[in-house]
Amino acid sequence: MLQVKNINVFYGRIQVLWDLCLEVKEGEILALVGANGAGKTTLLNTISGIIRPSSGTISFLGRRIDNLPPHEIVQLGISHIPEGRRLFADMSVLENLEMGAYSRGSWKTRQKTLEEVFHLFPRLRERAGQPARTLSGGEQQMLAMGRGLMSKPKLCLIDEPSNGLAPKLVQEVFQIIRSLREQGITILLVEQNVRQTLEIADRACVLENGRIALEGCGEELLKSEHVRKAYLGL
Amino acid sequence: MNKISFNYSKLLLPGILLAILVVLATLPLYGSNYSIVLLTSIIMYVILTVSWALFSGSTGYISLATAAFFGVGIYTSAILGRTFTASILANEYFVVFIVIIGGLISACLAFIVGAITLRLRGIYFAIFTFGLVELIKNLLLWYEVKFTGTRGRFVVVIGNETIYYVILGILLLLLLVTYFIRRSRYGLALESIGEHEEAAAHIGINVTMVKVIIFAISAVFVGMTGSIMAMRWTYIDPYISFDPNLTFLPVLMAIFGGTRQMYGPIIGAVVFAYLEEILLTRFPYYYMLIFGIVLAATILYLPNGLVGVVQKIIARLAGGKHAHSRG
Repeated sequence: MLQVKNINVFYGRIQVLWDLCLEVKEGEILALVGANGAGKTTLLNTISGIIRPSSGTISFLGRRIDNLPPHEIVQLGISHIPEGRRLFADMSVLENLEMGAYSRGSWKTRQKTLEEVFHLFPRLRERAGQPARTLSGGEQQMLAMGRGLMSKPKLCLIDEPSNGLAPKLVQEVFQIIRSLREQGITILLVEQNVRQTLEIADRACVLENGRIALEGCGEELLKSEHVRKAYLGL
Repeated sequence: MNKISFNYSKLLLPGILLAILVVLATLPLYGSNYSIVLLTSIIMYVILTVSWALFSGSTGYISLATAAFFGVGIYTSAILGRTFTASILANEYFVVFIVIIGGLISACLAFIVGAITLRLRGIYFAIFTFGLVELIKNLLLWYEVKFTGTRGRFVVVIGNETIYYVILGILLLLLLVTYFIRRSRYGLALESIGEHEEAAAHIGINVTMVKVIIFAISAVFVGMTGSIMAMRWTYIDPYISFDPNLTFLPVLMAIFGGTRQMYGPIIGAVVFAYLEEILLTRFPYYYMLIFGIVLAATILYLPNGLVGVVQKIIARLAGGKHAHSRG
């Protein structure tokens, strides 16, 4: 579904991603784990068009997207739920969700999509009129995910959804990610919460210093000596 | 009973607006010449302020280019007015044509400037737009002195009533456009850019395009207003046309009124422009001083403007219930 081939990404003169290759298959949850500064968020930003790779190609459903601006990439069906939620704090929950459907095509069907999102996150319906900044951390993450779903994506890039959440809420978030996959949405999940991520992922990649260090199915990686030592502290 | 009062309250706002419109439209029939001239200048400030707030109020990009778009409108009118003097004398409403061209030229300028500078964040955009005012002013000064030999120009004179009706027309058009933009997804997009531009890009808003287009639309009305006001002033030169006050006053008026709602800038401009007139006639020597104090007080004590204060009072009056349901 998504092919990333040999991309190199720089911030000024500093190279962040090195000749990186990655493939996301339709219908799976692919997890991307790694330490701080490994380049996970950079990779997501490159896929969604916020950053341009200096070489290499990215294609989605057979179409090259590495030269498209972000709004066209959203229109093709890739939704990016960014790290730290990035909500519109003073706009209401409903307005935040509506903005998620801004893209041509999804705007027309936004009422129907809104119902689906409310069904998935009943809390958001209760809070629809409130400014986003008045939500709790967990609710804000729900809103960020709901907003991401409003564009009716085929592929969701989810960056650190468990960041700053209580363990019980983390469970809930992972549950929802799993249910998205069941609805047919493909997911590229970036996480630092390695154990839980590997448990729900179909496949996983370990990113180290801007390169893919390991790749395999979730269980395999959980058993791998390297992952156990470096990320699980075992 | 309840139903009836509900219907009344629904009709209240459109009713008031319609009444104001009728009063404004029929003013030349019974009003004095002074009231027409005064209202023309108040409406001018309302247009400049609402146009400014349309773009800058929601996105948070502070444009200081209002005087530039206004001046471009003035010069369009001065140059075209001379070319088409005969047509204007035959039918004063021919000026509408000149006004439209003035608006379009301003919009083109805004489009180009926007495309170049709207990638700049915050203070850089403000500085650049203000530089634009000075740049065009000095360019014109140089041109006029070097090639025409005189600094100023005379503009075709038309009746005050015609000017009044044209400017009222521009105001109505602006209010309609602002209303529809604010209600559309572009209005929400502008607001989301103001709140978090990066997130706006993430969710698929073509942020540069939205900014540039709304910036250009807001400049249309400023340019049109400049074109029509030139005909009231009859003599113009670069200093009159590119007056920095016309950049700063709309910003202050919008802040004074409050930029969150559409009517904030309108109220701010009306109150402020009328205040200016009173102060200027009653206290000609202290007018700037009093003006300054009012402004400082606004910024210190009314962060959300006049509208913010009114809303606070209403919220406090109706607040009891809310407080209970929240608690």
